[in-house]
Amino acid sequence: MNQIVFIQLVNPFKDKVFRLAKRLLTSTEEAEDASQEILVKLWNKKETLDTYNNVEALAMTMTKNYCLDQLKSKRASNLTLVHTNYTDREPRLDQKVEDNNSLEWVEKIMSQLPEQQQILIQLRDVEQYEFEEIAKIVNMNETAIRVALSRARKKIKESMLNTHQYGIR
Amino acid sequence: MESDRIEIILEKYFQGESTIAEENELKNYFSSLNVAQHLEQYKPIFGYFSQVKEQRLTQEIPLQTKKRNVAWLSIAASAVLLLGIGSYFYLNNTNNTTPVVAKSELGTYDSPEEALAATQKALAMVSHNVNTGIESVQYIKEYEQSKNLIFKQNKIR
Repeated sequence: MNQIVFIQLVNPFKDKVFRLAKRLLTSTEEAEDASQEILVKLWNKKETLDTYNNVEALAMTMTKNYCLDQLKSKRASNLTLVHTNYTDREPRLDQKVEDNNSLEWVEKIMSQLPEQQQILIQLRDVEQYEFEEIAKIVNMNETAIRVALSRARKKIKESMLNTHQYGIR
Repeated sequence: MESDRIEIILEKYFQGESTIAEENELKNYFSSLNVAQHLEQYKPIFGYFSQVKEQRLTQEIPLQTKKRNVAWLSIAASAVLLLGIGSYFYLNNTNNTTPVVAKSELGTYDSPEEALAATQKALAMVSHNVNTGIESVQYIKEYEQSKNLIFKQNKIR
């Protein structure tokens, strides 16, 4: 397998890897590092890659495990990961606040969910994987996934309702 | 009428029973402009999911091709080696005519005694120079002594 074939194989899901990493690690830089790490790991595995029937699921599983490991080591060293995206790519501040306030609320609420639920929301509601595929990635059965997902969705809904009631409206 | 259907799907969604197609329907509905008033509160949730999906990994992937590097290295090494050997032989060939001249220019002695004396003189000169070199290195012993002094003191304490 050469680089071109590998890139073609990886292209459809490399953004998904990045987004899952970002969901768990919060900061863009950390997520970029993580996805780079995953893709390099995959590249080093390239000889045996044909033996896996679903490389995408493999990559997502690797990402999940890698990020959870990262978080664990961060916590062990008593460092909490805070939002470190200070780069200013956005338009004017007031505009951004108006546009994104409620979307940011969703993000904030999601980041307070347990990691397992964050992963499930990311995989289902953002990346729109079928339950069958999610089951492969997170190594859970479909019923358990549905239950956890339902819990996470309800939690988001409740928190959103609260912010709506306490907010400007 | 449409909002009724959306409400049913929403109920399924929060139970974790909705399909991808139904969830897409929700996303489309909440990204449209005519969202029913009582469903307005769900808008940011689905808006957020769509927005997040736009994030892209812009970084380059550093794919190291170790094997290729090794191949290139060996090619480069063999090229250098060939060049070296080639130039060595080439220069030797061009110099082939000069050694005869050089030998005669070196000078030689006719009697063995004279040759011995000259050789001894030359060797004496070399050894003298070496000795002066060693003398200046003797200073290093001084460091050794002071080091020993310190270490002994340390042991006593």
